Amino acid sequence: MKKVLSAYKQERSRYTYAYLLAAGLTFAAYALVVGKLLEGTTLAAALLGAAALQLYVQSRYFLHLDDKKETPRWRLVSYMFTWLTLLIVVVGSLWIMSNLNYNMMMSPNDMTKYMLEQNGKGF
Amino acid sequence: MNDVELKRDKVQLGFWLYIMTDCMLFASLFATYMILRGATNGGPGGDELFSLTFVLVETVILLTSSYLCGIANLALRHGKRKEFFATFGLTIALGIAFLAMELTEFSHLISEGHGPATSAFLSAFFTLVGLHGAHIAVGILWALVLAWALYRQGSNEDLQRKFGLFSIYWHFLDVVWIFIFTIVFALGVA
Repeated sequence: MKKVLSAYKQERSRYTYAYLLAAGLTFAAYALVVGKLLEGTTLAAALLGAAALQLYVQSRYFLHLDDKKETPRWRLVSYMFTWLTLLIVVVGSLWIMSNLNYNMMMSPNDMTKYMLEQNGKGF
Repeated sequence: MNDVELKRDKVQLGFWLYIMTDCMLFASLFATYMILRGATNGGPGGDELFSLTFVLVETVILLTSSYLCGIANLALRHGKRKEFFATFGLTIALGIAFLAMELTEFSHLISEGHGPATSAFLSAFFTLVGLHGAHIAVGILWALVLAWALYRQGSNEDLQRKFGLFSIYWHFLDVVWIFIFTIVFALGVA
C-alpha cells in the first residue's frame, strides 16, 4: 500500500513541475511583451521559442508522449508527422502570401487602402 | 491480444487520429489568421483591441484546468475517489470560468463595433479563437457526462479508459491555446 501511494505522489509531482514550468514560460512571454524588453523580430523569435518550449513540456509531461510504458510508439511518430505537415502548411502559406504581396508591390494594408479609394470613386 | 484489448486499441487509434486532424484544422486557421492579421479594413488592429493581462488570466485558468485534469486522471487510476472528484470538479469549474471570460471578451468586442463581419482580420480572429472556445464548450459537456457516470457507477476499467481519452482532449486544447496566446495575443499586442 505504501508503495502505491508513493508512486502516485511521484507522478503527481511530475505534473506539478511541468505545470510550474509551463506557467513560468507563459509569464515570461507576458513580461517580454508588456515590459517592452525586446522588439521586432527578436521579440517574435523569443515568443515563438517560449511557445515551442512549452509545447515540449506539455507534450512530454501532460500527454506522456515520451512514456514507452504508457504510450504506444505510433502515437509519438504520428504526432511528429502531424507537426511536420502543420509547419509545411503554415510556413508555406505565409511564404506564398508574402511572395504574392511582393509581386503585387504592395503591403496588405496598402492594398486595402487602394481598394477603399477605388470604392470611393465608384465603378 | 484479447477482444477487449483489441477494441481499446482501435478506439485509441481512432481518437488519436481525430486529435491529429483537429491539429491540422487549427493549423489552417492559424495560417489564415497570420496572413489576414494586417487586413483590418482601416479599423483598429490587435494592439488596440486586445488586453494581454486579461488574456494572461484566461491562459493561467486554462493551464490550471489542464493540470488538474491530469491530476484527476492519476487520482482515478490510483483509486483516490475524494481527490478525484475535488480535482475534476475544479477542472470543470475552471473550464467554465475560461469560457465565460472568452464570451465576455467576444461580446465586448462585438458591442464596440468590432464584430466578425468588420474586417478580414476580425473574421479570422473570431473563427480561430471561437473554434477553440467551441471545443472547450464541448469538452465541458463531455466532462459533466463523465463526472455523472463516475459518480453513479464508481470507478471501473471502462470509465478509466474513457477518462483517459477526455484528458488527452483537454490537454490538447491547452496545447492549442499556447499558440493562440503567443501568435494571436502576445504578437498581436507587441
